Amino acid sequence: MTGGFVAEKVSKKISVNSNHIEVLAPPERRLLDVLRFDLELMGTKEGCGEGECGACSVIINGEVVNSCLVLFGQIADGDEILTVEGLGDAEHLAPIQQCFIDEVGTQCGICTPGMLISAHALLMKNPNPDRDQVAIAMAGNLCRCTGYKRIIDSVMKAAEILRGEK
Amino acid sequence: MSSIAYNKASTLPEAIALSAANPNMPVLAGGTDLIVQWRSGLISPPGFVDISSVAELRTISANDTFIEIGACATHAAIAADAGVNLHLPALAKACLSIGAAQIQNRGTIGGNIMNASPAGDTLPVVLAYGAELKLESVKGARWVSAVDFFTGYRKTAKNSDELLTRIKFPRRYSKDLRSEFYKIGTRRAQAISKAAMCIVAEVSRGAIVEIAIAVGSVAPTAVRAFGTEALLRGRAVTVPVIDSAKASITDEFSPIDDVRSTEDYRRFVCGSMLANFLSGLTKKNTPV
Repeated sequence: MTGGFVAEKVSKKISVNSNHIEVLAPPERRLLDVLRFDLELMGTKEGCGEGECGACSVIINGEVVNSCLVLFGQIADGDEILTVEGLGDAEHLAPIQQCFIDEVGTQCGICTPGMLISAHALLMKNPNPDRDQVAIAMAGNLCRCTGYKRIIDSVMKAAEILRGEK
Repeated sequence: MSSIAYNKASTLPEAIALSAANPNMPVLAGGTDLIVQWRSGLISPPGFVDISSVAELRTISANDTFIEIGACATHAAIAADAGVNLHLPALAKACLSIGAAQIQNRGTIGGNIMNASPAGDTLPVVLAYGAELKLESVKGARWVSAVDFFTGYRKTAKNSDELLTRIKFPRRYSKDLRSEFYKIGTRRAQAISKAAMCIVAEVSRGAIVEIAIAVGSVAPTAVRAFGTEALLRGRAVTVPVIDSAKASITDEFSPIDDVRSTEDYRRFVCGSMLANFLSGLTKKNTPV
């Protein structure tokens, strides 16, 4: 139990992209800001800042969430956080990343990290989704460029590759 | 943004003690409404009481007569629960109509109830299923019926030193029970309701034995349609009965024009949602 008039920084032992680290930050700071500014993981974007657009999506313990609506104080020791940087890097793209390139699932790019994270969260649970299930899983991620068809194409192709069909 | 007090509860007794000791600080559960209100400047609390890590508040349990859901159970966890899907299918459907995956994984039923928005999607469900809400303080616990809980626009019967800890639904499954949740929004996901309705009915030989109808976004808080319920109770479901029920619910409330919809549209879709449900009864429930 903590108290007092001003929130003091709190320390959490967490895993970020499989790296076990200790993070010290004010409890009222958003997870989004902790990732971007304390941990310098700039892949996670801020869009609306109010849970509508999904640009800030990250995965906590297997569940996709909006990191703009999670306060650092709500994070527990042992939590496992996955950001877009944890999917792959420029030399070793994850299938979902390569498919977004190949199928032109990205245009301006601001929504792409969140799209990749939501797609990854879906494919971890359901490796064989139909297009409607992809659309439902991605319904919390807005894209103003693509019209979504190519995003769904990208996820469907990544699912085939992950199932070993392509 | 200035620093604020951050009171983190790890256990249920701590959560109760911290809420009692800090009645001017909102309780932080999933945060999907509260953090938006705080960041936008709509509220400027001196601090929070964070109950999001209290494991006892996340459980969903069932016995022979009740399903009890912890206030911090997420919409996703509730929608995935087998007992909820069997006994409270309209609750599962409502939980899946809230936001999208990100919000369903984070937002909680207790938060939705305590936010007490007239557009809160689980509110018509707790009203129609006849849920009871457990309020705990350092002085003890009490149960309040959902129908007595929502007292006005964003107002509830909870005292400032109390914490909503559990929601208890009667287990109602039988072959004669029908329940449904409808939501009218601008799109399927991420939409705040223009109108929502939950209906729970016991139907026998083509007649309505018992019915509860609750509606969201048509009044300062979610409300039961007692007038229309009375009109339907004991009646065989026929086309004239459906028409009169539709007319009744269209006139039972006085919704407003606002940024999301109009009074006329809200009245109209209330009639449509109820008529859709009642028509479905005649199809599924051929008199034996």
